[in-house]
Amino acid sequence: MARMKFLCDAERCIECNGCVTACKQENEVPWGVNRRRVVTINDGVVGAEKSISVACMHCSDAPCMAVCPVDCFYKTDDGVVLHDKDLCIGCGYCFYACPFGAPQFPQAGAFGLRGKMDKCTFCAGGPETDRSEAEFQKYGRNRLSEGKLPACAEMCSTKALLGGDGDVIADIYRERVLRRGKGSEVWGWGTAYGPGRPGAQPPQQPARKS
Amino acid sequence: MRNILFFLFIIFTLSACGEREQIAESKRGYQGKRDTQPWDNDPLAYGSGKWSKGDRTSWETQIKTRQLGQHEDKRIYQ
Repeated sequence: MARMKFLCDAERCIECNGCVTACKQENEVPWGVNRRRVVTINDGVVGAEKSISVACMHCSDAPCMAVCPVDCFYKTDDGVVLHDKDLCIGCGYCFYACPFGAPQFPQAGAFGLRGKMDKCTFCAGGPETDRSEAEFQKYGRNRLSEGKLPACAEMCSTKALLGGDGDVIADIYRERVLRRGKGSEVWGWGTAYGPGRPGAQPPQQPARKS
Repeated sequence: MRNILFFLFIIFTLSACGEREQIAESKRGYQGKRDTQPWDNDPLAYGSGKWSKGDRTSWETQIKTRQLGQHEDKRIYQ
C-alpha cells in the first residue's frame, strides 16, 4: 500500500515559489488561502539559510483527524488525508492541532468571518464524483484520478520538492544525496563547471613572468 | 532447551519488525460521503498515461512511473 508523502530537499529549494503558484493555479485556490508556502529556516544566519516548501504532510497519525469534533477527515487507501467540506463547521481546531499550519480558512467581511477549512489534498480531490465540477469547486483538481502527481511536485524546477509514495521518493532522495556528497561538495566548482567530480577545484592560473 | 531459547531469541529479535497500525480513528469515525477511488476512472485521452479502469495495480504502475520521472538521473539517462 502506497503512502503518499511530500519531501522537500532544502539544498535544492531556491525559494522560487513555483510550487505555490502551481498549486494556486491548478486548484484555483481563493485569495487569502495558501495550501502551500515556502518558508525560510535559519533566517538571517549567514551560510545556513535554507528554504523549504511546506503544505499538508498527510500524516500517518494526523492530529487534525484526532481533534475534529465533527469527524470530517478521512484517509484514502493511498494515505492521503482528505476532508468533507459538507461536514466541516470551520471551528479551527485542526489549525491549532496541525504542526505545519496546513489548514487554511477563507476569511471575508469586516469581522473576519471564517469559512470552511481548506487544505492541500495531494491533488486528490475530495468526496465528490471524480473530476466533477462540484469536486473542483470544493477541493480543486483531482490529478491522482488522472494518473498524475500533485502539480507542485511536478512543477518544481529544481526537483527539490518530491511527491509520491514515501518509499519511492525516499529512494530518489537517498540516491541523490549519495551522488552529490555533502557540505562544500554540493555546490562547489566541480559540480558547476568541472567534470562532475565532487570537490574539484578551479584550475590554477599560471604565474606571470615579470 | 536450546531450541526453546533459540525460538525465544528469534521472537524477541523479530518483534521489532512488525508494524503497528498508525491510523487515528475516532470512536464515531468518518460519517460523510464515500469517496471514489482514483483507479476507477478512465485515463484521459491525452497526457495521463495508461491504466485499465478499475485495476488498481495498473494505476499504481502508472503513478510509480510518474514518481520515478522526478529522478533526474533516471529521466535523463533512461
